[in-house]
Amino acid sequence: MKHPVGYNADARLRWTEWLPWVLAIVVFFALPDYLSMGARVLTYILFALSLDLILGYAGIITLGHAAFFGLGAYVTGMLSVKLGVTDPFLQLLASAVAAGVLGLVTGAVIMRTHGLTQLMLTLAVAAVCLEIANKATHLTGGADGLAGVVVAPIFGMFKFDLYGKTAYWWCLVILFAGWWLVRRMIHSPFGASLTGIRENRLRMEAIGAPVYARLVLVYTISAVMAGVAGALLTQTNQVVGLNVLGFEPSGELMVMLILGGVGRLYGAFVGPRVFWVAQDYLAKQFPEYWFFGIGLLLVIVVLFARGGVLGICDGLLAKFRSMRGGGTA
Amino acid sequence: MEAFLSSLVSVAFHGVAFGMILYVISVGLSVTMGLMGFTNLAHGVFAMAGGYILVSSLARFQIPFPLALFLSFALVALASVVLERLLYSRLYGASELEQVLFTIGLIFMSVAVARLIYGTLQQPVLLPDYLKGQFSLLGRDFPAYRVFLIAFSGAMIAALWFGVERTIWGAMVRAAVDNRAMAQSIGINTKRLFTITFAIGSGLAGLGGALGADIVAIQPTYPFEQLVYFLIVVSVGGLGSLRGPFVAALLIGITDTACKYWLPEVGAFFIYAATIGLLLWRPAGLFGRRA
Amino acid sequence: MSAVLQTVKLCKSFGALTVAADIDFTLEAGARHALIGPNGAGKTTFVNLLTGRLAPSSGSVALGGEDVTQLAQAQRVKRGLGRTFQINTLFGSMSVLDNVALGVAERRGTAGKWWRPANSYAEVRDEALELLASLGIADEAPRRVLDLPYGKQRLVEIAIALGLRPKVLLLDEPAAGVPKVESERILEALAQLPKDIAILIIEHDMDLVFRFAERITVLVQGEVLCHGAPDEIARDARVREVYLGESHD
Repeated sequence: MKHPVGYNADARLRWTEWLPWVLAIVVFFALPDYLSMGARVLTYILFALSLDLILGYAGIITLGHAAFFGLGAYVTGMLSVKLGVTDPFLQLLASAVAAGVLGLVTGAVIMRTHGLTQLMLTLAVAAVCLEIANKATHLTGGADGLAGVVVAPIFGMFKFDLYGKTAYWWCLVILFAGWWLVRRMIHSPFGASLTGIRENRLRMEAIGAPVYARLVLVYTISAVMAGVAGALLTQTNQVVGLNVLGFEPSGELMVMLILGGVGRLYGAFVGPRVFWVAQDYLAKQFPEYWFFGIGLLLVIVVLFARGGVLGICDGLLAKFRSMRGGGTA
Repeated sequence: MEAFLSSLVSVAFHGVAFGMILYVISVGLSVTMGLMGFTNLAHGVFAMAGGYILVSSLARFQIPFPLALFLSFALVALASVVLERLLYSRLYGASELEQVLFTIGLIFMSVAVARLIYGTLQQPVLLPDYLKGQFSLLGRDFPAYRVFLIAFSGAMIAALWFGVERTIWGAMVRAAVDNRAMAQSIGINTKRLFTITFAIGSGLAGLGGALGADIVAIQPTYPFEQLVYFLIVVSVGGLGSLRGPFVAALLIGITDTACKYWLPEVGAFFIYAATIGLLLWRPAGLFGRRA
Repeated sequence: MSAVLQTVKLCKSFGALTVAADIDFTLEAGARHALIGPNGAGKTTFVNLLTGRLAPSSGSVALGGEDVTQLAQAQRVKRGLGRTFQINTLFGSMSVLDNVALGVAERRGTAGKWWRPANSYAEVRDEALELLASLGIADEAPRRVLDLPYGKQRLVEIAIALGLRPKVLLLDEPAAGVPKVESERILEALAQLPKDIAILIIEHDMDLVFRFAERITVLVQGEVLCHGAPDEIARDARVREVYLGESHD
């Protein structure tokens, strides 16, 4: 289930790769009461996918990815509430551009550093964004956030309904596009070179690769995706608040991705589903233990299950195969 | 003019107090990073724990202030030994990502525990009477507690520096920061050295959190919200250095106080902008050796 | 003969410690040149100065007659300077083929392409496979590089550097840490390298050096002690004192 990439790997789609999409469509028909939550999960999958691209493939550790997500969410919110721009495509585009510019500018600084300094800068970017959103109340609504975000019907035809049907399809289609793009990228020579940077930056420089430029590029692409995911979240919820920014959502995103499995492409599809379903049940019943639970989960994953859910599946599959192999030999 | 001078003195004074606190908390992080190469994002948890210990000791158990301060150092140091032996030490050879995730997990857990025990509200510090009121110096009044804070932190820092420069333990730490393999091969027990150093660093963080409970509010989100400040101190100061983070902490303390006083609108941003500028100029920090 | 790589008065010091002092060094086209010297003589520092990983304190480096002192590592690679590392510096979890293909793609300028799958770049793959075959490790292509025995990993090091089609190849202790049997294979592989590549080899294994090199430079404490043909070096009393004497302990 580890998704092989590189010059050896067959890049053709396998049947298992259709499963997430089949599942998403099944959910639409089987759980009509959960479509709003479903749409939110889809946006977080896109968000997690954007993190997997830089963390799982290029090996960039960031504590502030929510900065781009939050910026995207706020841009769409402000466009609708303050400027009356309600076209869903325009909102997405504006969020993407804003997040991309922020990604490019901050990436140009952050990719010059490494280790603790790099961590600190990613965190600082997120902290600054949170501070701005908190202070610039006339634009962002401050601690109250922005409510009453209006999204016009898609192509003037599909209205965003109360049950979240349109939102669900809208998110699914955008996620599909994002997945397609990421999949293309990680299978390409560019993707292979990102993996090379993750594995050994020193060697990458020694073979003459423009390491810094590639890192800034992939960071920017990832920021754009996160911005689009943020825009989708605002369009789905029709409100935006400070909870999309800062360290907590960045940390939670990491939890989601780690839970699914890092650097596996489909870990991003598993993690947010598990996370939000668990959140839906546990956080409502035991709100005070929820934070403890996800913290404990992180610690356990790191100590005992480094590949996340998909990693555990890999392990079980391998064991099963070797048992069968042992039986016939 | 007099008003300006007075605000200048006040900003410098409060800035130094904040800077001292930042240093006492962060120095352990710098040393563990430099010595063990461990990215401990949960360092702020120790500071928060120290703060809560002080607050509880004073309010709930009516323990005298000096003893409460000592407890916030000792209990945190003791707890950190258990954590280090049981958990941290398993990840010494692990990748940076694993250390980051693991310590973020610890942050989440500690935030939850703090919320369970203390709720989300900020905890007031019940100072003893002899630390309340004003302290006169050169015809100006200063809050007595801050004066005590600066003097006490200064004494702790002096003791720490003396310890690192002049004791066998210090010599071993310096040797191991320079070259761990070499230190091991000349018979330094790095395992025990790590544990002791980690305990001292964490204990100091607990002490800093306790001392600063009056300045940096003790609440469950502390480890999230203050983390960026601790990381700035270490990055700007330079990893594994003692003096670098001191200069950095004072700079940050004073700048932050000054900005919040004179430019409350943009106060918080200036620190970040200055940090980025400084790191572009010196990527390894003020006193860091080039990697 | 023309010089493909030349340093003039190359110096590097870290504070008070001088690790390269006025090194004048010339590598001829197609040379088989060895750099030897006791531990800590500054050999790896010298290589890092040549490749641009370290910036010199003073002096200059010329590659193919062009001054490259100010150029970054990547630009020197583009001008034909390849290297291997003393300690394996590989893309650990990637396949052997990927390890080599990354460099080949970088040289061909296709490494930044992001649409077509990597495995559709047949020319990159074929070239990487050919290189692996020329070093006798084609069968290992799909394996994870860290799963190979150490000696074969050393060969992958060399294959990556060759994938850059260097005019000058710097081999930093290619047989370090390799058992005798396998170092024979490495020597064989080196002997078969194209004659138009100028090779500078740093090596502790004197047997290997004297069988491979046509010319030797001895470096001691950051300074060039002497140059010469292998038999001259072997006879040189100063070299015996500082170096050969030591290796017989």
